[in-house]
Amino acid sequence: MTDLKNKAAKKSGFNRRDFFRGSGAIAAATALQTQTADAFQDQSPQIISGETTITLNVNGKDHQVKAEPRTTLLEVLRYQLDLTGAKPVSSDGSSGASTIFVDGKPMTASTILALQAAGKKIETVESLGGDAVQQAFVKYDAEQCGFCTPGFVMAVRSFLNKKPNASEAEIRSGLNGNICRCGTYANIVEAAISVAKGGN
Amino acid sequence: MAEYTWPSREATAVIGKEVDRLDGMAKATGAAKYTYDVNLKNQLIAVALGCPHAHCKITKLDVSAAEKTPGVVAVHIFEHAAVGREVEWEGELLAVVAAESEAAAKAGVAAIKLEYDELPVFVDDEDLAAAEKAGRTGKGGGKTELEREPGDDDDEDEFVEKEIARLLKESKYVVEGYYGIDAITHCCLEPHGSTVEWKDGKLLAYLSTQNVSGTDEGFANDLGITSSDVEVKCDYIGGGFGSKFAPDYWGVAAAKISKETGRPIKFLLSRDQELKIAGNRPSGYINVKIGADENGVLTVWDSVHWGTAGYKGGGVSQTVMPYVIRPKNYRRIATTVATNTAQSRAWRAPNHPQACAMSQTAIDDMAAKMGANSYDVFAANLRAGNVDSQHPDAANVYLAEMERCAELIDWKANWHPHGKGKAKGSIVDGLGMALHTWGGTANNSDCRLKVSPDGSVEAFCGSQDLGTGTRTVIAQVLAETFGLGIDQVRVNIGSSKYPASGASGGSTTVGGVCESHRRAGLDALDKLFELAAKELGVDAASLEAVGGKIRVKGSDKSIAWKKACTLLGMKPLEINASYKRGDVSTLSSSGVCGVQMAHVEVDKETGVIKVKKFVAVQDQGLVINPKTCKSQIYGAMIMGIAAALYERRITDPKSGAFVNAELADYKLARLGDIGELVVDLYEPESERQRGVIGNGEPPAISPKAAIANAVANALGVRVPVVPLTPKRVLDALAKA
Ligand code: FES
Repeated sequence: MTDLKNKAAKKSGFNRRDFFRGSGAIAAATALQTQTADAFQDQSPQIISGETTITLNVNGKDHQVKAEPRTTLLEVLRYQLDLTGAKPVSSDGSSGASTIFVDGKPMTASTILALQAAGKKIETVESLGGDAVQQAFVKYDAEQCGFCTPGFVMAVRSFLNKKPNASEAEIRSGLNGNICRCGTYANIVEAAISVAKGGN
Repeated sequence: MAEYTWPSREATAVIGKEVDRLDGMAKATGAAKYTYDVNLKNQLIAVALGCPHAHCKITKLDVSAAEKTPGVVAVHIFEHAAVGREVEWEGELLAVVAAESEAAAKAGVAAIKLEYDELPVFVDDEDLAAAEKAGRTGKGGGKTELEREPGDDDDEDEFVEKEIARLLKESKYVVEGYYGIDAITHCCLEPHGSTVEWKDGKLLAYLSTQNVSGTDEGFANDLGITSSDVEVKCDYIGGGFGSKFAPDYWGVAAAKISKETGRPIKFLLSRDQELKIAGNRPSGYINVKIGADENGVLTVWDSVHWGTAGYKGGGVSQTVMPYVIRPKNYRRIATTVATNTAQSRAWRAPNHPQACAMSQTAIDDMAAKMGANSYDVFAANLRAGNVDSQHPDAANVYLAEMERCAELIDWKANWHPHGKGKAKGSIVDGLGMALHTWGGTANNSDCRLKVSPDGSVEAFCGSQDLGTGTRTVIAQVLAETFGLGIDQVRVNIGSSKYPASGASGGSTTVGGVCESHRRAGLDALDKLFELAAKELGVDAASLEAVGGKIRVKGSDKSIAWKKACTLLGMKPLEINASYKRGDVSTLSSSGVCGVQMAHVEVDKETGVIKVKKFVAVQDQGLVINPKTCKSQIYGAMIMGIAAALYERRITDPKSGAFVNAELADYKLARLGDIGELVVDLYEPESERQRGVIGNGEPPAISPKAAIANAVANALGVRVPVVPLTPKRVLDALAKA
């Protein structure tokens, strides 16, 4: 697959569809080797194919992992690092269940390629270590089956990092990127309000 | 022998208290391991090919290229996908590829060559005439109840027709209505599936299941081994809602591939497969005529309803119609419709939500026709005895709950006759209500309890915690029984190797596990009291276990729990307890009511509906944990908001494709959509005395009818079919 002429690919440095298709794709090779360049910024495209070993910084530690161009960050986290807090619910990120932080910003690990994440600071729900948001989720019972919970915890954490004193109205309008099928939203609102009030 | 009872409200220390769920932090930190999360050493990932057409005959299924795909280890073709076989719904799995990585498995699936002949498709379940024309209808049964009996010479059918016509003619008010409720899916966030390992003729299956104790047999039967060779484990399950009772053929396939490859297999459905094949709720549509007297008390009900439960037909059972409010004279007839969609599975309170949405909308339209307050019409029917409910004192409980619910939503102040509210620009508001009922008889449950000489308490039970709080409730029961703290008892559930406990469906779990654990606890306590009595030189009957001590009632003569346990000697005390469904007991009961009222705003220009406030008042006998109990109800209300306003399966009439089977398109409620929710647990002493009753189903029933009625009250126009999408609202307004 020689898609170098593909305009979209050239522009972004990546074309997700091509990666998922498999055998060879366009990637920012410099980022992979040196982990210094910003893989999300425009790069001149190069061909990477097959499995490569890359270093990912996850929860403050460097990990050598194997990734093909098509490998998602979520797969690496779950299958190679056994960090299974981020959940595979939707491959397009519409459930928010795989929410993690990349350089402090909330993103869904299911929509990021592992190669894109090299050189970034990745934080998963496992890194929070029972913080105020997690404690509030327990106290206000903002979890039933719990499958959406890690993603929601990360979404609430990120939202309150940005808006530590968020009002109830802001909380209700600002946390719509995640889905809970069991229906824990009312409890999540309460949990988030309590953290905002407690100032954590 | 101990008498199995609950302590009084005043005497409880742990039961009835808002205890945090025990696995709360494990879930919040990501430490909780679901089936999807269990990574077994050397495992392969399996991905399946789903049938792309809703009705076709397979002419070619060539997996040779898949087998050669790098990373692919095994390919398995399902029997029902053999060449020449007919597939009757989209998404049905045809073949599965197990590979070293998910991506490799997907590449393998993409390399499968499939050819098929398209066959005629029928999916339009709402269109009864089209279904009849297509030969897709069947008899769904029915029943007629009339106060008057036919004379000896009367032809029965003729008599029924005449009598119903007479009753309608003599009614002060008559309403003729059409209502409906579309099919929805279970849409579990953790898809159906398993992580399995076959080793030395034995199978270890981590299965996402509501039925830990009952699925080992399912695996064993299909694999030609005995159930003792199978261990099913499920510590956490990411949603079931009635759809996860069996290993499913894909679970068995995972086991077979593991046996064949000698490697563990992880096989969970993809998102679209989860929606397409792993559980949906039947649709229901109804034509109904009702008559009522001057107070709105129903005198007669005459209905025909239809709907689909999938390719076999089916639909909403006629037995629950008309729902809760049922006059003495009625005729109900059901027609089934077979569509090219996967067969339905039990969905929270099977049949009830649809029956409620197809019946109580008509009651509300009666109030609208009369210009009456809906509350008064519901109440008048209850007072007149027009009630069909599983609660033994239904009319009184409904009326008491209605009063409480009305207070909480401020019904009196907010009420206006249908369509007569003050508009704020294009926004109108309205109130609606609905009633429901459910059984919830405690399920079979066995448990083993171990009290050790060091004072530790540990219980084992093959039940499961769906997120309802089963673990926590069991711990509360044991802690209460022994006078210990919640952290002093250890609860083990989630393995088929533990004493068997029933499947979690139909709100039967809390009753079952409370029965078994309270019994085991009291039996153990009897033994400890005997030993302690000797030590203290008192009568065993004078003892009680409270505050970490076994003490003489009404005195300060006591022995610490730990010390009392040392009296057991070297060996732990082991007690097995067993409860069989149907055993009469004061610990559990069945039959509940429940009332919900919604206050909504509708924008007449855009058709967008917003829930302002939504109140549920729910009885469930004795409440063990009000916190998790309320969460269940909140959850049911939120699921109900989704089904009332957003959620439905959309199928393409030509191809039968389920076109919105991804989460971006399958619209569910989000956090900002729910408005203010209020839950009130109705638990007067009369309810508490009934013992424990599950509440997973009941609160999931009323939301659709309550919200649809609130919208009708706001607009003065009925939007007949839920979900009430903006387009449907605008269409109804345009037609009015
Ligand atoms: S708690 Fe089950 S999906 Fe949110």
